[in-house]
Amino acid sequence: MARLIAKSPLAGLVPVEVGGLTLSEVETGPVTSVAPFKGKQTAVSKALKAAVGLGMPKVGRMDRKGEARALWVGRGRALVMGAALPDLEGAAQTDQTGANAVLRVEGPAVEAVLARLVPLDLRATAFPVGQTARTMVAHMMASVTRVGDAAFEVMVMRSMAQTLVHDIGGAAKAVAARDLV
Amino acid sequence: MRINCPHCGTRDRREFTWSGADVALNRPAPDAGEAAWDDYVHLRENPAGASRELWYHDPCGTFALVERDTVTHLVGDAVLAEKVAR
Repeated sequence: MARLIAKSPLAGLVPVEVGGLTLSEVETGPVTSVAPFKGKQTAVSKALKAAVGLGMPKVGRMDRKGEARALWVGRGRALVMGAALPDLEGAAQTDQTGANAVLRVEGPAVEAVLARLVPLDLRATAFPVGQTARTMVAHMMASVTRVGDAAFEVMVMRSMAQTLVHDIGGAAKAVAARDLV
Repeated sequence: MRINCPHCGTRDRREFTWSGADVALNRPAPDAGEAAWDDYVHLRENPAGASRELWYHDPCGTFALVERDTVTHLVGDAVLAEKVAR
């Protein structure tokens, strides 16, 4: 069999500095989609907690414990990253490792830049650290998560990686040109 | 135009896909007869005024039952379609 070389979704695109922002890739480790069957939400959450120390995240939350992260990504579904999962009774589990590109966007202008692309109020008062939203970045479906005072993680499907870096780079240059922040 | 997703809160209309009137929530019983099924499959209202519609919030995968007025464009309450499905 041919020897295949693993390539991360954002390889060759980042790290890059643009318009005062630092764009870098988040190494997620193994990623599993967990979707509890009807009525199994609590049982699956308990089993998940026993396995990685994190339950199913609440709507709009990303929880962390050590390397493991549980990200809410939609109705009745979470992505568990950074930990291999055992089979959980009562949930549909699929391996999503490498399916998504996770871009860390950091810098003082991050809110002003994302405000040009995301139709949401992302200021810290409305969108604190640990908050996540399923929304759109430009025309892409995305998960946007605040991970720091001036840092966000934006997750899109792997096929959109180049567009994401291009769009955020363009917005960052435009904000920098106006010297708004 | 903004629509209230029962999970995510108020979001821009561009995040939603319209799925028509709430017909799918009122599926007739299998033995309801030809007339009821003909109505369910083929006949649609075209209301001027208050309407109940299904909107799909694409990013989070939720169907919401939204009250909307087709004359004033007022968007009212939205609830999880699952809660009202028979």
